[in-house]
Amino acid sequence: MAFFEFKNVRLAGIAAGVPSFIANNLHPLPEDAVSSDYSPEDFVKTTGVLERRITYTQTTSDLCYHATQKLLSDLNWKKEEVDAIIFVSQSRDYNAPSTAGILQNRLGMSTDTYCIDLTLGCSGWVYGLNTVASLLSSGCMKKALLMAGDSKAVRPMQLSPLFGHAGTVTAVEYKEGEKGFCFHCGTDGSGYDAIIIPDGGSRNLTSPNSFVFEDCEDGHKSRMESRMKGMDVFSFGITTAPKSVKKLAEHFEFDYLSYDYLMLHQANMAMNNMIAKKLKFTPEKVPSCMHHFGNTSSASIPLTIATELKGKVGAEPKHFICCGFGVGLSWATVAFTTENFIISDLVEVDENGNVVHS
Amino acid sequence: MKTLDEFVALFAEQLDDTDPSTVTAQTKIRDLEEWSSLLALSLISMVDEEFGIALKGDDVKNSETIEDVYNVIKAKLQ
Repeated sequence: MAFFEFKNVRLAGIAAGVPSFIANNLHPLPEDAVSSDYSPEDFVKTTGVLERRITYTQTTSDLCYHATQKLLSDLNWKKEEVDAIIFVSQSRDYNAPSTAGILQNRLGMSTDTYCIDLTLGCSGWVYGLNTVASLLSSGCMKKALLMAGDSKAVRPMQLSPLFGHAGTVTAVEYKEGEKGFCFHCGTDGSGYDAIIIPDGGSRNLTSPNSFVFEDCEDGHKSRMESRMKGMDVFSFGITTAPKSVKKLAEHFEFDYLSYDYLMLHQANMAMNNMIAKKLKFTPEKVPSCMHHFGNTSSASIPLTIATELKGKVGAEPKHFICCGFGVGLSWATVAFTTENFIISDLVEVDENGNVVHS
Repeated sequence: MKTLDEFVALFAEQLDDTDPSTVTAQTKIRDLEEWSSLLALSLISMVDEEFGIALKGDDVKNSETIEDVYNVIKAKLQ
C-alpha cells in the first residue's frame, strides 16, 4: 500500500509565475478549441473557468525560473544552499536533456545540485512533494525546490479553454522535530488513454498522419494534441479523490474535517464541488482559483495557495489536505501543517520574458 | 434501489430548459435539445450521488433512452 510518512521536513514557501496575458472564455481566441456542443456561457457556468493565463513564448521552466527568483529572495535563501531541484511537467524545454538541469545552470546553482524531472500532470505536485520529502527526510540534503506546472505547448496546437499556463515553485527544507508529511498515492494505468497525446512518443512515432485532424470525444484534434475522455475522467475524479482523502485519514488516524483547508487539483468546478460535497467540506475551506486561471495541471494546488491564501496563511499553524488527480490515471493526497510559511506575490511574466511590476 | 419512475424524475431535475412532464423513460437522451457533454457530467454526478455507481463514458454513449441508463445502473448494482 502506498502510504508514506516523512518527518523532519517542512514547507518554507510557495511562489507562482503566470503569463501576464489573460484569455477570456466568454470571448474565445481564434486558436481556442471551442465546442459547438454548448455555448461559451454554459462552458463557464459548468467548468467555472472564466479566464486563463496564456503564453506563446514562455516555457514552463521560464515561469518557474521567475517564480524561483522571487521566492528565494522572499525566503532569504541563497542559491548555493539549494541541494535539489525536482521539476514536474509535461511541457519540458527539450525531450532530452531534463529541464531541472537547465534550471540549475540558469539559476546559478551549484553543480552538486541533485536534479530530476518527473513527467506527471494533475497529480504531479503531490508526487513531487513526496519525492522531495523522501530526499530531505534523512537530513543529507537540507533545502530543495519543487517546481511544477505546464505552459507553452510543446507543438503548435489549438488551445483548450479549460487549461491555463503556470509555473510554480515550492520550497521545502529539513528541520529536525517537524511532523512532516503523510501521503497516499495511487495509479490506474488501465486509464492511460483517458487523457493522452497519442503520437510523438516511442509507441506511435511522429508521422504525416499525426497531423491529420480526426473526431474524438472532446473535439476535432490531431494525434499530436492532448485529448480527453471527459466523462471517464469526471467519473474517475469524483470517485477516486474522495476515497484517497478518506484512506489517508483512516491510515494515519486523523479527522480530515478538522483540517483548515482541502486543496484540490483545479480540474473543473463541477468536479471539485462534487468532491468537496462528498467529503462534507464547506466551500470556504476549499479554495479555488480556476475562475481566473483555469486548470493549470501540476501547478494548480500551489497556484491556488499562492493566489487564494496569501494573507490567510503565514505565521500561524494551518492544517492542509491536498489531493491531485488526473492523467495517468494517477492520484495522490498529502496532509501537512504550515507555520511561518511564506507566500510570494504572484509573478506575472510578459511575452518578452520580463517580469511585469504592478 | 430506486424505481425507474424515480430515476426519470431525478434525470429531469438535471434539465434546465425542458418541461419535466415531457420527460419519460423512453425519452432519447440525445434528442433533448439541451443535451450536451456538460449535461452528461451532471448525469454522472447524479448517478454517483444517488446510486453510488461510477458511470463510464461508454455507459452514457451506448445508452439511447433514459431507461437504457437506468438498466446500466441496475446491471452494475447486481
